[in-house]
Amino acid sequence: MSAPTLEVRNLRTHFFTRAGVVKAVDDVSFTVEAGKVMGLVGESGSGKTVTGFSILGLVDAPGRIAGGQILFKGRDLATLPEAEMRGLRGNRIAMIFQDPMMTLNPVLRIDTQMIETVLAHAKVSREEARQRSRDALGQVGIPSPDERLKAYPHQFSGGMRQRVAIAIALLHKPDVIVADEPTTALDVTIQGQILAEAQKLCAQFGTALVWITHDLSVVAGLADDIAVMYAGKVVESGPVTQVLDAPLHPYTLGLIGSVPSRNRRGEPLRQIPGMTPSLLNLPAGCAFRSRCPRAEPGCAEPPPMAEYRPGQHARCIHPHQEAVAA
Amino acid sequence: MTAFLLRRLIQAAAVVLVMSLLVFLGVFAVGDPIEILISPEADQFERERAVKALGLDLPLWQQYLVFLGNALRGDLGRSFVFNEPALKLILERMPATLELAIGATVAALIIGLPLGLYAGLKPNSPVSKGIMATSILGFSLPTFWVGLMLIMVFAVQLGWLPSTGRGETVTILGMRWSFLTRDGIAHLIMPALNLALFKISLVIRLTRAGVRETMLMDYVKFARAKGLSPARVTFVHVFKNILIPVVTVVGLEFGGTIAFSVVTESVFAWPGMGKLIIDSINVLDRPVMVAYLMMIVLLFITINLVVDITYSLLDPRVRLEGKQ
Repeated sequence: MSAPTLEVRNLRTHFFTRAGVVKAVDDVSFTVEAGKVMGLVGESGSGKTVTGFSILGLVDAPGRIAGGQILFKGRDLATLPEAEMRGLRGNRIAMIFQDPMMTLNPVLRIDTQMIETVLAHAKVSREEARQRSRDALGQVGIPSPDERLKAYPHQFSGGMRQRVAIAIALLHKPDVIVADEPTTALDVTIQGQILAEAQKLCAQFGTALVWITHDLSVVAGLADDIAVMYAGKVVESGPVTQVLDAPLHPYTLGLIGSVPSRNRRGEPLRQIPGMTPSLLNLPAGCAFRSRCPRAEPGCAEPPPMAEYRPGQHARCIHPHQEAVAA
Repeated sequence: MTAFLLRRLIQAAAVVLVMSLLVFLGVFAVGDPIEILISPEADQFERERAVKALGLDLPLWQQYLVFLGNALRGDLGRSFVFNEPALKLILERMPATLELAIGATVAALIIGLPLGLYAGLKPNSPVSKGIMATSILGFSLPTFWVGLMLIMVFAVQLGWLPSTGRGETVTILGMRWSFLTRDGIAHLIMPALNLALFKISLVIRLTRAGVRETMLMDYVKFARAKGLSPARVTFVHVFKNILIPVVTVVGLEFGGTIAFSVVTESVFAWPGMGKLIIDSINVLDRPVMVAYLMMIVLLFITINLVVDITYSLLDPRVRLEGKQ
């Protein structure tokens, strides 16, 4: 069996600040095969975005990858020299950002921003680069791409800008796309269009997609596998239907319970009590311990990641192995 | 664009009118030129004749109307001292001042932008900290003192550069320019640097702040995520964004540079407008003072307009349109 497109193994990305070491990503592992979608789920500050930046090699000082491997087709990106990493970025591995209003440079025209991406990785003429850019815009459903190429970002709506960003990410038909909450800032209708678009394109090109989000309903419809992150660690992972239908970890269960549609009408929304702990002084043992309804003295020891059902792992010593009544 | 320009022209005319009144009143308040201009030995008749000839016997509002009427015909009065049209005196000296101010601005950009860029990209390096510390000196040292020190070191002790005057000049379009001869450039270096000192510091600080702010933007990270080279990210994505504030401030500052080149021109005996106005104030040569101030007003208005237009070229989000 050939190596999966992307395999993250025990990734640790730490920020060495004056106040102490912030373990933004602390032992994260997951695998994405070609043409599959991996949903990386968690609250703000759980380390999802930093995981994404780590894959692209875009973690800025004072942060750095402190351990683990990021295997891209068997090559470890964590130890790759910057020059080689730059050759992969935007080429084999692309990223889509959260806020489409901020990702395009306001003073450069769309064509400039697309052509430079083509020319960064392919030895083609400017004219050829323009052709490819135009085709990419057409692919993501932007009407009259020839005209739109000459426009500036502020002349586009948010949804259109995100389409442009996706088009830029698709320019080189990458093997991996890391999408960091790309639909969070958009209307629901636009969100649906973008999701459908992403799904279609990934299937078409066999792209491995890492979809970072806090929105479980997005993951439910889009992802094949899911990894739930809490305080820098993956607390549960597995096939998406299995994890969402029968979560093992109390945190996953809490997340599912917080989705409004899962609650019965008239009942108050279930919520997870408390708030995410500061990454600067995490409690010893399970980080979710202080908010967990099932916490027991044993939770003060760091729980190991264990496989409770085939393909479904959780980092918990007392998982919900009974069926969920949601 | 046309509507915008038209609106600006009307505004400019109003500003000039108001300024002319203020300038006229202000100059009137400075002092009576008669005491200085007319020899104390002159008798009553000579005195009255001189006063009448200069038009100083009329009441203030009539003097103003006469001035305004003449100004509309392009006549800003004759200098009491040189007995030449004031406008001609000023225009003769304008190239010298323009040369100095442009030299200083160019120097500020050539020196300030790279240093600011470096300090912004590597904020923690000792070199950057040195640059920032030095820029504080640039802000706080008085111009005249730095000018004197420059003369002491480079003209007196090292003897590398001349300390006074414009040197050799070339006449183009009836104006004398010194930046086209070797000797002229040698004369220009010290005064231009002296005048540029404050602006260099300003550009360094603006650029550094701009770079540090822009580097944190998502679009810079996105540019890096596209696999662009660091040079392209810095010089295209970051640089074009920081040029917006730099151009605005340096452009607006340009008027100030011309107006305040007075000190530098005095220190280096640079025969520009600044020196002329100081001399004119000393002898209360009213027409020259008024004409000079009106020129400066026009200059500021023009510069502001040019800055607005440049700004719209740099920042596509700004489009100049007349209000509906």
